[in-house]
Amino acid sequence: MSADIKSKLRKFHQAKWDEQLIFELDTPGERGIIVGGVEDEIEKQIGNGFANLPTGMKRKKSPALPEVGQMRVLKHYLRLSQHTLGADLNVDIGQGTCTVKYSPKINETIARNHKATKLHPWQDESQVQGALEILYKLNEYLSELSGLDHFTIQPPSGSAAIFTMASIVQKYHEVRGEADQRDEIITTIFSHPSDYSAVALKGYKVTMLYHDPKTGVPSAEALRAAISERTAAIFITNPEDTGIYNPEIPEFTKIAHEAGALCCYDQANANGLLGITRAKEAGFDMCFFNLHKTFSTPHGCGGPATGAMGVTKALKEFLPAPYVEKKKGTYTLNYNLKHSIGKVRSFYGVFPVALKAYSWLRSLGAEGIREASEVAVLNNNYLLTHIKKIKGAEAPYAKGKHRIEQVRYSWEKLFKETGVNTEDVTLRMCDFGFHLWSSHHPFIIPQPFTIEPTESYSKAELDEYLNALRHIAKEAYDKPDFVKKAPYNSVVHRINHDSFDDPKKWAITWRLYKKKHLNQN
Amino acid sequence: MKVGLIINPIAGMGGSVGLKGTDGEEILKRARELGAEESANYRTLETLRELKKVDSEFTLCTPSGKMGETAAIQCGYNPNVVYRINKTSSCKDTMEAAKTLIQKGVDILLFAGGDGTARDIYSAIGDTCVVLGIPCGVKMHSGVYASHPITAAEIVTSYLKSESKQIVEAEVIDLDEEAYRSDQIATKLYGYLKIPLAPRLTQGVKSRSQASDTNIQRAIAKHVIKYMEEDCFYLIGPGSTTRTVMNELKLPNTLLGVDLIKNRKLIGLDLSEEGIINLIGNSKTKVVVTPIGGQGFIFGRGNQQISPTILRQIGKGNIIIVATQSKLYSLGGIPLRVDTGDIGIDNLLSGYYKIITGLNETVVYNAGV
Repeated sequence: MSADIKSKLRKFHQAKWDEQLIFELDTPGERGIIVGGVEDEIEKQIGNGFANLPTGMKRKKSPALPEVGQMRVLKHYLRLSQHTLGADLNVDIGQGTCTVKYSPKINETIARNHKATKLHPWQDESQVQGALEILYKLNEYLSELSGLDHFTIQPPSGSAAIFTMASIVQKYHEVRGEADQRDEIITTIFSHPSDYSAVALKGYKVTMLYHDPKTGVPSAEALRAAISERTAAIFITNPEDTGIYNPEIPEFTKIAHEAGALCCYDQANANGLLGITRAKEAGFDMCFFNLHKTFSTPHGCGGPATGAMGVTKALKEFLPAPYVEKKKGTYTLNYNLKHSIGKVRSFYGVFPVALKAYSWLRSLGAEGIREASEVAVLNNNYLLTHIKKIKGAEAPYAKGKHRIEQVRYSWEKLFKETGVNTEDVTLRMCDFGFHLWSSHHPFIIPQPFTIEPTESYSKAELDEYLNALRHIAKEAYDKPDFVKKAPYNSVVHRINHDSFDDPKKWAITWRLYKKKHLNQN
Repeated sequence: MKVGLIINPIAGMGGSVGLKGTDGEEILKRARELGAEESANYRTLETLRELKKVDSEFTLCTPSGKMGETAAIQCGYNPNVVYRINKTSSCKDTMEAAKTLIQKGVDILLFAGGDGTARDIYSAIGDTCVVLGIPCGVKMHSGVYASHPITAAEIVTSYLKSESKQIVEAEVIDLDEEAYRSDQIATKLYGYLKIPLAPRLTQGVKSRSQASDTNIQRAIAKHVIKYMEEDCFYLIGPGSTTRTVMNELKLPNTLLGVDLIKNRKLIGLDLSEEGIINLIGNSKTKVVVTPIGGQGFIFGRGNQQISPTILRQIGKGNIIIVATQSKLYSLGGIPLRVDTGDIGIDNLLSGYYKIITGLNETVVYNAGV
């Protein structure tokens, strides 16, 4: 490569096409495909089709879709794709809590096979035994990994799985006649924001435990102060996004159970724990895994997601229906779950995601899964060791302790000493073909950045990333103004975020954009 | 557009020589003897240079000499000098200059200093103008500063360019320096200044769509009101978060005083300890307080009217603490503090609280002595 081998900094430059929006490419009369008219024979038999439509359903005006020729459309999207920094191009470890591990292409090929894509959800069980077998076995593997007894892949995201758990919590207390009394859910401030918002959507009051400033995790004592006969459940992420493992969780679940509450485990951060620790032994009643993250079925813009959710035997009857079962060697769908919360998504969940996760699990086997976790933890602690040595970077809390699979770092020292903040560093990282993310809510750690390397990346790639961080931190001390004007090799420069907080400027559709920004109606 | 600039040239001098502040002529003299140098000017230069780079389409209005003119000229500005100072300047000059700048119609007033300067600005102009502090002081407990001199320039630029010109109220807090020098912490809330809304730049990188603190304060007030008990007294402590409860109930109130309500009706305004005791008698009473930014005091600072006697009667279970999450973050993990002057009651009030941070939303947080 032509990059400076010694410093291993890549001479990257992003493509810039200055491409218009698809709506701006509109040329009236242009067509991508000319759809043929109705054949004479058909029209003779049933009419042209339009005449039969109820008047109320017919549009008065044609939809305002852009009219663009096929070749121009293709060019448009290929150009846009060159503007993006996808996981397959980038050392994509700077998206902590959401890092996409490598998703082997063979799994995509399998999911794209006509044997999977041509299935119809209304097909008779007897015709889809293979698909049901995959769902059944996937549930078995997830049960083995968590220690819980029954899984559903119906929730189409991690947040949906949290919502499903909250729904089961509510139904569980309803059946026991305690739903009115138990109207509070306890979570932690560093748990995922969805642990707060998805349970609030079910009407629960939410209490969040603050962490101890030294250990970085909440104490059992804080939980004791919060728990009462009003508590419906606790929703815990462990490790939280700080990557610190909370060894007191068995005590948490004990306290909650003694108060009559259920215990729900958000395992979105399971990537360093598969094959090592389990929800069951920690005392949880429910848990979920993000198949789209931990089980290598891509996420973000990589495709649909699945929050595979598991429960103990005692809660099986509350699962969303249908549940895949095996009876006398035949796989069937059980719709008769006594206390089922109903559906959280149509049909059985996102089958291609389940198929990819199944394929990934089968290719690794039990030993491979554990090794993946161990490598993810090793990679993370390798980065931690080196990032802590970078002038201006810090890893708050739990000094001297190892972390699990990610760390939320801070550039506070760098900022105080140079005026260069996280956003500046983030934008400068673009110049080397990298992405670095700050963090999501809560903004407790000042000038945050969150890195999660997963097991996918080699030491050479981690070193390349570290070199860029080191280089930028040094630049910040030597010539802060230079960093504050970055990026230089990326197509989008500084964005004024002013309007992001101003609802008057928000335009989520082309029509709104025309109205609010172009003053057209 | 006009930007006002006031530099307190001696701000921060005490800090470099361990004096914990620079208030008063005697301390200033000692600071000079100990070899302290004026640094506010240097920090202001950072802001002015940055401002010059991005946007110079405004008139800089300043007092003469060290209080602004010199720094402005040094950075290539042609300042409009609106106030003349003598050889040595004092806090009176800060106040007079602030008033003059407001009369000249500045769009935003930048001041370089610490909590003492912020207090002077507040007492001179109150909330009649949008201001922003360039952090230069020893004590900076107030919420009115940019997090860095360079950031101050970024905030001013985006505020001048912004169409919506969103502003927030920020606390003006100061220590009793004498007590502080003998290692006692005694903060006081003096009032609120208006600063531009720039959460990303005053508290690090923030969520793009986070509701403003003003809306969160309203949600907190709605929670407090929703769960109010009949025939129970509610003492409403000082602060803008607690005041929102009164505003939501459409009741008159005092920002820095303690007010009393019952069944959503006003019983007393700006009460003293005696006034509170006379009104509540032995009836059930709850107290709504918010921690003071920076040090996180919930009792014993700015609300001494709610005395140990009253607190003992009310009991820990009837203390309602309200705070926006951003205020809790700003404490940097330190526990809330209680310092009523009665160690017995302080210990009694220590321990975990469920702090109301929104509608149906609480945070469990520790309080200590």
